[in-house]
Amino acid sequence: MSEITAEKGTWTVKKGLAEMLKGGVIMDVTTPEQAKIAEEAGACAVMALERVPADIRAAGGVARMADPTIIQRIMDAVTIPVMAKARIGHFVEAQILEALGADYIDESEVLTPVDDKYHIDKHAFKVPFVCGCRNLGEALRRIGEGAAMIRTKGEPGTGNVVEAVRHIRMVLGELRRLQNVPREELMSAAKEMGAPYNLVLEVAATGRLPVVNFAAGGIATPADAALMMQLGCDGIFVGSGIFKSNDPKSRAKAIVAATTHYNDAKVLAEISKDLGEAMPGLEISAIAPEQRMQDRGW
Amino acid sequence: MLVGVLALQGAFREHQWALDKCGVETRQVRKPGELSGLDALVIPGGESTTMGKLMREFGLLEPIKGIAAEGMPIFGTCAGLIMLAKQIRNSQQANLGLMDMEVERNAFGRQVDSFEADLPIAELGPQPIRAIFIRAPYITRVNNGVDVLAAYDDKIVCARQGRFLVAAFHPELTEDLRLHRYFIEKVAR
Repeated sequence: MSEITAEKGTWTVKKGLAEMLKGGVIMDVTTPEQAKIAEEAGACAVMALERVPADIRAAGGVARMADPTIIQRIMDAVTIPVMAKARIGHFVEAQILEALGADYIDESEVLTPVDDKYHIDKHAFKVPFVCGCRNLGEALRRIGEGAAMIRTKGEPGTGNVVEAVRHIRMVLGELRRLQNVPREELMSAAKEMGAPYNLVLEVAATGRLPVVNFAAGGIATPADAALMMQLGCDGIFVGSGIFKSNDPKSRAKAIVAATTHYNDAKVLAEISKDLGEAMPGLEISAIAPEQRMQDRGW
Repeated sequence: MLVGVLALQGAFREHQWALDKCGVETRQVRKPGELSGLDALVIPGGESTTMGKLMREFGLLEPIKGIAAEGMPIFGTCAGLIMLAKQIRNSQQANLGLMDMEVERNAFGRQVDSFEADLPIAELGPQPIRAIFIRAPYITRVNNGVDVLAAYDDKIVCARQGRFLVAAFHPELTEDLRLHRYFIEKVAR
């Protein structure tokens, strides 16, 4: 042993992995073969699950954490980070994922919540968490609970990016507004948003979230990915968009390139060619309110 | 002084902030044309397989090797260290292969084993640096010409070969600018 003491699972280390994922694409995969396709296409991480959101939506019923065997096989198949989803409030699923060695846990509205009041106490874990949000208050509540990375909720499994756009515009708009709020009004702003006061003070001063903020929910094309990046996201999650399209390899590679060259329309035009058909899309108004995944959690 | 920061993927923004505080200008590099006129180059942390693929796809590998051969100073952290090594254990991934050493990826383990520690680096003075290791690699072997600047638990985590400097950890995630200053003032001078 060295005489230098190492500290594991610190806030810096948790937040730091998300910093390293920035500008990259995290892809949902359900098999080791898909994980290899994702890695080969340049994914910066994969999300291991049993079914992609579009299939979860189609199947209905209760969606749970994936079988640990699936996650283990995917971890064995690739060298990039492997994330996995736990149900909102299900801290035992999270304990299991931590014991398996998952690199990040997504406390996710894609799965069926087990607790209608409380999210997981994420500070209690050494493994870092990512959580979804629709607005700044929700983002700061999750960060307050210990999430080291934030993503938009969007509307998963739809191939329709409209909700993700709404959510990032909401978060960034509220951040801009807070910067112009005098200090004596910030307590009241915190109360209205339902957000921790110390975090409200912090983001009002810095104008940005204290953790990395990715786009998720409905991204299906390279142009969708570049749109979310230009709107101000730090990186991209693609759920059903890759393996529900008819040419996953080409599409995965193109979305990776689009996330890097998001500001270069000539490159985007080139990489958007000949990708085959995108996943079938779903109009949000066609989804019954009780089927909307983004309304899970608070 | 103009320092390019490879901005294909990863923590390039943090390097720009650190370099900015050191008082040097920076430029994001995503395409070969953006390499011209640089005085030095930083390759940040991120996912090395992603970076390697994008470097190959967008034609950056050969131009960077070219300017490196002409004496361009390069500083690589974490994934950047992997990109600079001549050999990567158990891997055929695309990289620059500029420094005479072998590295192992994810050598300290998965994320649950990521850690921070106070690391003494004699070149930076008596005060240790707070080193953040995230799914970090380390250097398993160095050949002649590579100077070891720091080791953690007998594993080499910081090294220099002429105008190339590498760290397995992330100085860009801390407020400590000494390694960036060392690069600008001693390595790239």
